[in-house]
Amino acid sequence: MDFLILSLIKLAVVMGVFMTTLAYLQWIERKVIAHIQLRVGPNRVGPHGLLQPLADVIKLITKEGLVPSHVNLVFYCLAPIIAVFFALIAISVIPFGGEFTVPFTDIHTSMQLTDLNIGLLLILGLSGMGVYGVALAGWASNNKYALIGGLRSSAQMISYELPMALALVAPLLLVNTLSLREIVNAQDGFYFGVLPKWSIFALPFPQVVSFILFLIAAFAETNRVPFDLPEAENELVAGFHTEYASMQFASFFMAEYANMVTVCSVATLLFLGGWHPVIPDMLGGNYVASLLHLGAGAICLYHGLLQPARKWDKYTLPVFGVIFILIGLVFLIPIVQTILMPVFWFCAKVLFLLFIFIWIRGTLPRFRYDQLMRFAWLFMFPVALVNLLVTALMVALF
Amino acid sequence: MPQLPFPSAVPISYYLILSAILFVLGVAGFIYRRNIITVFMSIELMLNAVNLSFVAFSYKFAKPDGHIFSFFVMVVAAAEAAVGLAIILTVFKNKQTLQIDDVDSMKL
Amino acid sequence: MDAILFFVFAALAVGCAVSLVLQSHPIASALSLIGVMGSLGVLYLLLGGEFIAMAQLIVYAGAIMVLFIFVIMLLNAGAEPPGPKAKYLKFIGAPLLIVLMGLIGYFVQTQMGATEVVKFGSKSDFGSPASVGMSLFTQYLLPFEVTSVLILIAILGAIVLARKEID
Repeated sequence: MDFLILSLIKLAVVMGVFMTTLAYLQWIERKVIAHIQLRVGPNRVGPHGLLQPLADVIKLITKEGLVPSHVNLVFYCLAPIIAVFFALIAISVIPFGGEFTVPFTDIHTSMQLTDLNIGLLLILGLSGMGVYGVALAGWASNNKYALIGGLRSSAQMISYELPMALALVAPLLLVNTLSLREIVNAQDGFYFGVLPKWSIFALPFPQVVSFILFLIAAFAETNRVPFDLPEAENELVAGFHTEYASMQFASFFMAEYANMVTVCSVATLLFLGGWHPVIPDMLGGNYVASLLHLGAGAICLYHGLLQPARKWDKYTLPVFGVIFILIGLVFLIPIVQTILMPVFWFCAKVLFLLFIFIWIRGTLPRFRYDQLMRFAWLFMFPVALVNLLVTALMVALF
Repeated sequence: MPQLPFPSAVPISYYLILSAILFVLGVAGFIYRRNIITVFMSIELMLNAVNLSFVAFSYKFAKPDGHIFSFFVMVVAAAEAAVGLAIILTVFKNKQTLQIDDVDSMKL
Repeated sequence: MDAILFFVFAALAVGCAVSLVLQSHPIASALSLIGVMGSLGVLYLLLGGEFIAMAQLIVYAGAIMVLFIFVIMLLNAGAEPPGPKAKYLKFIGAPLLIVLMGLIGYFVQTQMGATEVVKFGSKSDFGSPASVGMSLFTQYLLPFEVTSVLILIAILGAIVLARKEID
């Protein structure tokens, strides 16, 4: 019974944080892409557009859910459900931090919903099942553009699953386990006290090639630029989600962002050392979180009080500044440090990878479909194979 | 948890009976349906039922050999699905039909 | 708890199998088959076969069925028209099926009725990836290599059969 109640509490916390992250990830993406393109982005709804996700959710929920008469109704309604279902389940095996004991009680638990000893295979399987949502959506819409978009997108996702799986196997040769928690535990420590023992720095063979291959395959798996031809606005009307409105359209986008977060989390866990710190404790790594937040608070206070750039900044930025300084001070408390520092490092690394995703979206043009497939089969697959062979050779020799 | 009217764990024979039921349903689909792709899917259902039998017996003897047989069955099913679907595509290109009753040009 | 999980997923598997046989549209049959494979995956987990459950999810439900769905979509297979089936099929076929299933169930139960129960996690880790991998690469190495050649032949055959003739 205790296990059940504890799991339900963890589930509630994780889902709350995850859903908020998905909503605000869209805000971050719109602001970052806007600044890359020398414009401002949403800044009307709330200070700096922070309430824009809320406005979007309200719009999408209250919009008329138009179901065209020519669609195949059962599969039309089933496709977004499948897409969202498999995208959201993957969060259940991702660990956010180490084991800890809840203070003032004796509950000893870990920051993960479940720790399967085949956790990585489950994530691979779920990303394979996500293909069905897209293929069914394209077919059930009874619309030739949607069908072409759906088939192209599913073919792309299947083609890139292969280099992704091969790129994932290479660091597994170094850690010898499929459980995500054990993979991160094997990357603990520092070389010479300075260089973290992550997979991309690990002897006998640093997994840099695997990391880059995995990231490129992840772009293709989640249908992001430069591989987003199936849902490009100026190519195929809107690809496989042409005929979808309001909440079903929102489901597809939620599924895409959830896939993005999952894939970045897996990259962090396997290649970037999960929740282990970048700077070791002895060199002051424990204070990085506090310093970052205090610095952000200072910048907000400066721009709010002394040099407001926009009209409402006089009132909103000091509030943010005070909040950041409070969080920075909270991170100085020792109990909070032991429990929340791993989560901070994990979130920092995942946010860095997400920023790279968004950055590349604002920078690169998209591939043509045949270039995309050629890239997968003629370049990434052989490179992944050779990388796996070289890793296996180095592991066997040393 | 309240006391259930049936035992809290099932004997292995239940898994074998389930495997038999799925196999018989696969045979029924194979004989009854006329669409060639549905016939092919009934074959896959039969292969899945056999996999369940293998895994159940592997539990009985606590060895991984049944799992390995099941793995090979999956691999062979994948190869067979690829070639079978390619044959279906060729039949469709030549006859423009997916009903197995209409592919009868070699009948006496 | 094991029994509840078994009965729920067994009922789901049988329901999806019946739906596979009875549905008229091939895509509905394909989705029912994916349902069968998913429920069987959970049953493999109950039987301690973690690796084979994940292989079922990745290979069978995630790759082979995608191939089926692609072919159905490309061939634009529609719902099967209700043909002139003889009426007696329903009255003889279904009861005969039930009799066959009952016979098999009776024989299995009498021959194997007194065996052990399946308790999740009661036996050692024989189904873990390490154990399966060790056995696969030492004792069953030859079948493994032969199946990889088989897959290569299948790839070649599929490409040759399905390719467009260049005139």
